[in-house]
Amino acid sequence: MLFGIAWDTSSGWAFAISILPILLRGLVVTIQATVVGFFIALVVGLVWAALKAAPLRIVSWPAAIVTEFLRDTPLLIQLFFLYYVLPEYGIVLPAFMTGALALGLQYSAYTSEVYRAGIEAVPRGQHEAARALNLKGMRTFTHIVLPQAVPRIIPAMGNYLVSIMKDVPLLSVVTVLEMLNVARIIGDRTFNYLIPLSMVGGIYLIMTLIASAGVRFLDMRLPKRGIPLK
Amino acid sequence: MDWTAYLNPLMQGAWVTIQLTFYSTILGAILSFAAGIGKTSTNLAVRSLAVTYIEVFRGTSLLVQLFWLYFALPVAGQALGIDLRLPPVVAGVLALSLNIGAYGAEVVRGAIEAVSRDQYEAAKALNFTPRKTLWRIALPQAIPEMMPSFGNLAIQNLKDTALVSLISLSDLAFRAEQLRNFTQDSTTIYTMALFMYFGLALVLTAMMKMLEFYVGRWRAGGR
Repeated sequence: MLFGIAWDTSSGWAFAISILPILLRGLVVTIQATVVGFFIALVVGLVWAALKAAPLRIVSWPAAIVTEFLRDTPLLIQLFFLYYVLPEYGIVLPAFMTGALALGLQYSAYTSEVYRAGIEAVPRGQHEAARALNLKGMRTFTHIVLPQAVPRIIPAMGNYLVSIMKDVPLLSVVTVLEMLNVARIIGDRTFNYLIPLSMVGGIYLIMTLIASAGVRFLDMRLPKRGIPLK
Repeated sequence: MDWTAYLNPLMQGAWVTIQLTFYSTILGAILSFAAGIGKTSTNLAVRSLAVTYIEVFRGTSLLVQLFWLYFALPVAGQALGIDLRLPPVVAGVLALSLNIGAYGAEVVRGAIEAVSRDQYEAAKALNFTPRKTLWRIALPQAIPEMMPSFGNLAIQNLKDTALVSLISLSDLAFRAEQLRNFTQDSTTIYTMALFMYFGLALVLTAMMKMLEFYVGRWRAGGR
C-alpha cells in the first residue's frame, strides 16, 4: 500500500491496473519538478546569455566558464553537491526544491546557448536597417530582434523541456517521490519490478511522444518571420 | 582528513568511469550506425525495427532503462525460465550504449540524408550497388558531418555514466558518495568529483576534436 492505495497481486493485469493510480501520483510530482526546473532553466539561462554577451571580458569569460562547467559535469553529482553542501551553509531546501534547482542549473547552460543562437540568427541586415531608421539600441532589441528570435527559440526550448522530464527520475536519489521512485518502492515491496518499471517506461514513452508532437506542431505553426509583440 | 587522502579512491573511481565511457561510446557508435542506416533502409521490417528502437530509447528516461535492465529483466527472465540476471557492469554498459545509440542513430540518419542528391544519382549512373553507394559515397561524406554531434553525445555519455553508481558500480560518483558517507566532508569531496568530471570532459572533447580533424579529410574535394 502506498499513498493509501492498496494493490492487488492476484494477477498481472489486476496488479498493473491497481498500481496505475499510484504511479500517476508519482507522475504528478514528475511533472511538477519538470515545470519548476524548466522555469529556473529559462530564467537563469537568460541571465547567462546576457552575461556571455557582455562587451566586458571580465564579465563574459567567467560566465562562459561557469556554463561550460555546468554543461560538462553530471547532473547526479551537481544534485548531490546541492543536497549535501547547501545545508552546510545554512541553506536548507526541501528535497524537491533542491532537485528542481539542480535540473534548472544544469539546463540553464543549455538554454543560454539557445537564447544566444536565436538572437544571433537574426540577420545582420535587420540591425543595419534598424540603425538606418534611427531606432535606439533598446528599441531595436525589443521591436526588431526579439520578435524574430522568439520563433527560433521556442521549439528548441520545447526539446529541452522534454529532456528535463527524462532527467527527473534522478531526483529519486534525494528521496523525491517521483514516478520511478514510486515504481521502485512498489517493486521493493511486492518483489515484482517488471510490471511497475515497464509501466513507467510506457508512461514516459506516451508523455514524450505527446510532448514531441506538441513541439513539432509549435514549430510548424510559429510564424518564421517573427511574432509581433504588440 | 586532508583532501589528498580522497585523491586515491576518487582516482580509482575515475578509472572505472573512463572504462565505462570508452566501452559504451564504442558500442553506442556501432548501434548508432546500425539503427541510423537501418532507418534509411527501403526494407520495411528493418526500418520499423530501427524506428522502434530509436523511439523507445529516446522516449524514455535513461535511469528507467537502467533500472529496467537491472531489476525488471531478471523477473521477465524468471517468467520465461531463463536466467537474465545481468552483472551491474553489463547492465550499465548496455543501458548507456542503447541510450546513446538511439540519439546517435538520429545523427547518422540526418547526415546520410544530408548528402546531396546528385551524389546518389552519380553513383547510380556509374552503376554502383546500393551497398557500394553507402560505403563508398554516402558514409565518407556523411561521417565528417556527424562528428560535432558525436562530440556532444560522447560528453553526454560521460556524464550519464554517473548513473551506474545507482546500481552499485564503483565509478567516480559511487566513490564520492562512499567517501561522503564515511567522512561527512561533502564540500571537498563533491567539489573534487565535479572538477574530475570536468577534466575528463575536457580531455574527451579534445579527443573528439582530433577525430573530427582526422575524418575531415574524407570530405568531397579534400577540404
